[in-house]
Amino acid sequence: MTSRLFLQAFQAILVLFVVTLAAPSFAQQGDPKPLIDQIGKADFAQAETLIGQIAATGDARVVPALQAFSDGDLYVRKSDSLVFIGKGSGANLDLTEPVTGASAGSAPKGAMTKLRINNNLRRAIRSAMGGLTLMSPDRGTRLAAADSVLRAPSAENLELLETAIAKETDGEVKTRMEEARAVSILSSDRPVEAKRAAITTIKGLGGREALGILSGAVATADPALKGELEASIKSINDTLALWDMVQNVWFGLSLGSVLLLAGIGLAITFGVMGIINMAHGEMVMLGAYCTYMVQHLIRTEAPWLFNWSLAIALPVAFLVTGAVGFVIERGIIRFLYGRPLETLLATWGVSLILQQAIRTIFGPTNQEVGNPSWMSGSFALGGLNITWNRLWILVFAVVIFFSLMALMKKSAYGLNMRAVTQNRRMASSMGIRTPWVDALTFALGSGIAGIAGVALSQIDNVSPNLGQSYIIDSFMVVVFGGVGNLWGTLVGALSLGVLNKFLEPSVGAVLGKILVLVLIILFIQKRPRGLFALKGRAVEA
Amino acid sequence: MITRFILRALEGKIVFAVAILIGIAILVPALNLLTPPTSALHIPTYAMALFGKYLCYALLALALDLVWGYCGILSLGHGAFFALGGYAMGMYLMRQIGSRGVYGNPVLPDFMVFLNYKELPWFWYGMDWFVVAMAMVLLVPGLLAFVFGWFAFRSRVNGVYLSIITQAMTYALMLAFFRNDMGFGGNNGLTDFKDIIGFSVQADGTRAVLFALSALMLALCLVVASAITRSKFGKVLVGVRDAESRVRFLGFRVENIKLFTFVVSAMFAGIAGALFVPQVGIINPGEFAPANSIEVVVWTAVGGRGTLIGPIIGAILVNAGKSFFTGAFPEFWLFALGGLFIAVTLFLPRGIVGTIQHGFNARKALKAAAEAEKGRGDPDDVARAVQAAE
Repeated sequence: MTSRLFLQAFQAILVLFVVTLAAPSFAQQGDPKPLIDQIGKADFAQAETLIGQIAATGDARVVPALQAFSDGDLYVRKSDSLVFIGKGSGANLDLTEPVTGASAGSAPKGAMTKLRINNNLRRAIRSAMGGLTLMSPDRGTRLAAADSVLRAPSAENLELLETAIAKETDGEVKTRMEEARAVSILSSDRPVEAKRAAITTIKGLGGREALGILSGAVATADPALKGELEASIKSINDTLALWDMVQNVWFGLSLGSVLLLAGIGLAITFGVMGIINMAHGEMVMLGAYCTYMVQHLIRTEAPWLFNWSLAIALPVAFLVTGAVGFVIERGIIRFLYGRPLETLLATWGVSLILQQAIRTIFGPTNQEVGNPSWMSGSFALGGLNITWNRLWILVFAVVIFFSLMALMKKSAYGLNMRAVTQNRRMASSMGIRTPWVDALTFALGSGIAGIAGVALSQIDNVSPNLGQSYIIDSFMVVVFGGVGNLWGTLVGALSLGVLNKFLEPSVGAVLGKILVLVLIILFIQKRPRGLFALKGRAVEA
Repeated sequence: MITRFILRALEGKIVFAVAILIGIAILVPALNLLTPPTSALHIPTYAMALFGKYLCYALLALALDLVWGYCGILSLGHGAFFALGGYAMGMYLMRQIGSRGVYGNPVLPDFMVFLNYKELPWFWYGMDWFVVAMAMVLLVPGLLAFVFGWFAFRSRVNGVYLSIITQAMTYALMLAFFRNDMGFGGNNGLTDFKDIIGFSVQADGTRAVLFALSALMLALCLVVASAITRSKFGKVLVGVRDAESRVRFLGFRVENIKLFTFVVSAMFAGIAGALFVPQVGIINPGEFAPANSIEVVVWTAVGGRGTLIGPIIGAILVNAGKSFFTGAFPEFWLFALGGLFIAVTLFLPRGIVGTIQHGFNARKALKAAAEAEKGRGDPDDVARAVQAAE
């Protein structure tokens, strides 16, 4: 019993001893409090050294103080030269202990001196904080810290970084830290071998930042490393050029999908039926306004439905524009079959009326159409930044295209439609109601223009002029691809889009567009019937 | 031969129209200059300028009628030729400003100083000479029409396809002229004109002369167009319009016939543009807008295509309507214009003049048929009258 008591007492003494022994050594290594207090008396150069020393303590509690210093919220009390974080407006400042974060009452502004800061110090603070937060228990903070070191590498952080890497367990954070370390090594005085390894790591990192770091290092690097550096720079440049190309293709496909959407309804009305529908752009515009109306209703009546607004707008737009198309066909166009140029004029008149009607009802300004959450934002794919709305529009355009294809090739209605367009009188003799098929086909083409409008409302301004900007492009797509051929429209739209985006970087957007137009005009001279020309008797019809 | 060519043009209604135009060319400037502003007969300068603008539009519509009404080429890009003629005139007027511009540069127009041009672009050389500028008014639209038509007609692009690529042409030109790098003043175009061959463009006298010139030029072009359409060439032209393949099989070079007409028409449009610019005081890329060219088509359609007189009447009527509506009910104008497009194509496919002419010819055919019934008329006359009525 006594021996047990003795043992406990011994243990307690031991613990006490260890603690008392440890405590001063800790303070010696750097209790940050006195260091921070010294800043109160230091000039800029001394303050920079002090920040380095504070960072070297590795004590994450100093982060708020450093942050406050950087923000200009650090004050020294005139009476006892102690440093506090001061916040607050008016005549009084609420003081906080810089290390513990405990409240230290408040003091009038006159009793405190604000610590001055310059950009040099801010930079020092930033890199110090990057180092300090590397060991934060929070994964996100560590990752952000590694990123900040990566962006602003400094040799001073290197040891801290290496300690952090040794402790790190999370794979992604560790990789990021390794990269940050490699970048830091390059600006340090480590041996050539270490730098060589670092260059390999940075090369693996790729991207414009790595390029910047390596090009920055070329001037000051060891001559032995020059060759290595230049080879890495070239390799990164090659990769970037490749990604640029991929990006151009992607932009081109994205533009192509917009052209496809705008042109596909026209491929039906113009391509299949031979009606020059100059009001086609206005159908797109009506579809966009349907989206606006649906969203407007949802916003006021049922906000929780907002993410579904486009799904609701699709059938609405299809029906509304389809109905308008039906009325136009029955009311005007059917009297003008066989007189294509006059159809052109009449539908131009329709387009003016529709534009002005929308302008009168909704006003001439842009209406706001929101992106549902699943269409906002973007994601990275290699060196490519893909926005969700562009991707969805591409998917949507392709889906619409193939559904339309299926409708025309597989359904009974599609069969009727093709029969009527190929040989009207024969189809009529077979008992097909040709006027009815005409009306429905025109309504279908218009309806598809309408749902194209739903998609385009996500990336374009919804205004009464929306349609005008698409009409010439869509005609170009249909004529280029070949009238009467849906595949031609698909290929035409995508290739025109890609061509446009490849011309853009070298000649600029407007000149690129002009060149594309000129190329199409020349192309039509060569192949007056487009890429995929119909052959046989249908040509002359 | 040329006299015969011209004399044949002077059919009754053309003579009548030319007489009216000459009358207007004398009367309107006279009433503007010689009567005091308080007089009931006085025509204010702004009204004269407005009417002068209509006359330029009428010339543009006449140009379109020549290709559309007689040759079946529906150009949706005639506004481009009009604008090019206007730009040629605008360049001349810009050079006449000299050192009176805001920046006071004796050589470079203001916008070039603003855009940091160091010297005049090559295509501006010589544009300070009136004769060169006037040659350009004809040559530039003519050359564009020649190159464009040469390609298009040789590869037999026709009908709707041609309409669409002419539209693409004017659209491409619009985009091009909007660019500052083109050296044509970009978005703002050319404006702030001061002098034309030494006379101030603002002076009433100059405006009166410009007005008279517009009317006379319209009369001259009307005579030329009539001479073309009433010649043997004109008959072939109509043949191309109605049955192109047949004319080709008969051994005519259809592409050359079309090309000639297209180039002449483009030059008419260029003249119209050149007369338009000093009267309006500005030319900008908006004139290339495809919508403008389509509007020209409706003037022609309203007046009656293939009648030469019709487009003139159509252009004046529609533009007068536009001036009235945009002043009185600005909201209503596009409804009216759109409705006009639809109504004319549906109910008045021949246009105003065409319908009247058709009714007149039909009456004549009936009369001839009645005469023949009584055994007095010549059967050939009946056939001719019936043909005219159709």
